[in-house]
Amino acid sequence: MKKKNSKLSGFYLGLIFVLMYLPIAVVIVFSFNESKLPVRFTGFSLKWYQELIHDSAMIEALGNSLFLGVVSCLVSAVIGTLGAVGLSRIHWKTKGILEYISILPLMIPEIILGMVLMAFFYMMNLPFGMLTLLIGHTVFCVPYILMEVKARLAGMDPSLEEAARDLGAGPFRAFWDIILPLIMPAVLSGSLLAFAMSMDDVVISIFINGPRLATLPIKVYTQIKTGVTPEVNALCTIMLIFTLLILFIYTMVGKLTKKKTKQ
Amino acid sequence: MKKHKSGSVWMILPLYIFTIIFVAGPLLYMVALSFAQPKAGHGVEWAFTLANYKKILDPVYMKTFTGSFQLAVTSTIIICLIGYPFGYFMAKLSDQWKKRAMIFLMLPFWVNSLIRLYGWMIILQTKGLLNHVLKSLGLIEKPLRILYSYPAIVIGMTYVLLPFMILSVYSSAEKLDWSLVEAARDLGASPFKAFWTVSFKLTLPGLLSGVILTFIPSMGLFFIADILGGNKIVLVGSLIQEQMTKGNNWPFAAALAVVLMILTTLMIMLYRKVTNAKELEGVG
Repeated sequence: MKKKNSKLSGFYLGLIFVLMYLPIAVVIVFSFNESKLPVRFTGFSLKWYQELIHDSAMIEALGNSLFLGVVSCLVSAVIGTLGAVGLSRIHWKTKGILEYISILPLMIPEIILGMVLMAFFYMMNLPFGMLTLLIGHTVFCVPYILMEVKARLAGMDPSLEEAARDLGAGPFRAFWDIILPLIMPAVLSGSLLAFAMSMDDVVISIFINGPRLATLPIKVYTQIKTGVTPEVNALCTIMLIFTLLILFIYTMVGKLTKKKTKQ
Repeated sequence: MKKHKSGSVWMILPLYIFTIIFVAGPLLYMVALSFAQPKAGHGVEWAFTLANYKKILDPVYMKTFTGSFQLAVTSTIIICLIGYPFGYFMAKLSDQWKKRAMIFLMLPFWVNSLIRLYGWMIILQTKGLLNHVLKSLGLIEKPLRILYSYPAIVIGMTYVLLPFMILSVYSSAEKLDWSLVEAARDLGASPFKAFWTVSFKLTLPGLLSGVILTFIPSMGLFFIADILGGNKIVLVGSLIQEQMTKGNNWPFAAALAVVLMILTTLMIMLYRKVTNAKELEGVG
């Protein structure tokens, strides 16, 4: 039954993985480099980390990005989850169109979304800044959560909810006690993906950020264009460690909840 | 079922309102903008004109379009060639290794793509790692100037978009019923023929959705061309950005965006048609 895996395919997977991690490894290695130029490793040093801690603009950009990512993810999680559940229940004629439009932000090139939002916010007289960034990021975060939850709902037994309703639970109660726990993994994985996208976005943010407000990607982008210091390398290394920590906690929590449900 | 519907309206309301105001609204505004006339500054004169679209036909701008298209096609082909076998092989791993491979695949997603591209800059630069390795292997005498060239952009595009292709191929190869392949082999098909007639056909939707997922962004990722191409190659994305920020010709930018949107929509429709026609299972 089990398909045999040749050594060749294993080698291929390994090779591509090495290429995938090579640029990251290079960035990490040069974060400890003494010289400013990332050409030759001249000696081990932590001075770029020290400089990073004292670079208030960079820290502020990191704060902005984290705030933006968390808030737009939370808002999107509410809109997307409720929307997906709602879509599975109603049978309006406009349902198909709504669904199509709501996932459009994933289908159209980012640059179009960015410029369209910029023009639109300008027309609406919204001041460019955190508010416009929040709206813009929510626009492209909602579809990730919507699609994940929708896929999860599609594989769910509808009689579960019907049973709850027949036993007298109100629509809210049925949603909160039956549906939500079942779709929670999808909500979480969709939100994580959306958060990653938000933390990574430069194309849309560059159009709708305020004149003095920089997110981390925008900060890095301008640095790369005007000349990078190894501070950026140091920042990347810290972010990577931070990410690994979150993933570790995430899997740990997942394992614990699984054990609980088994008992 | 019908009797339980009452509570669903309020659930869907936020999505409705948000989508109409912040997705449909801006897109319609863009279409309207593309028929308006530019005025000095940010201003727009609301008088109907087709001049913005005629301007695209100007050879200078047409070249930008064909150039972007070419780059997107080149990158997508390379991504297919690398990503398809990867996703396919990954689906054949044991469950434990599948999980590990998935974690390895998703991790770079969490490292800012700009930082990863910066890593490539370090590798590809004239005095960088690649030239150093090639030189010590005796393959080249003079360092290659890859950074700030076309190949560098293709490398960047491939690198950033490859995971999307892999995930999409993987998710359809994972659902593949391997006993079908075995059956084909038992009936005397060569490994290649068994792959071609069974596995490839059944994973085609994954490959196609991967193509969509990589082709569409590659038309618009102006920052890759900007960072690795050193602004030498102007793509539609760069042109739109320039018109929005420096050129201050919003109607022209809108017209460019509308054309790009139409091209994208055509591709998605084509994809839907191809996958539906073959009655293949869609991939999410």
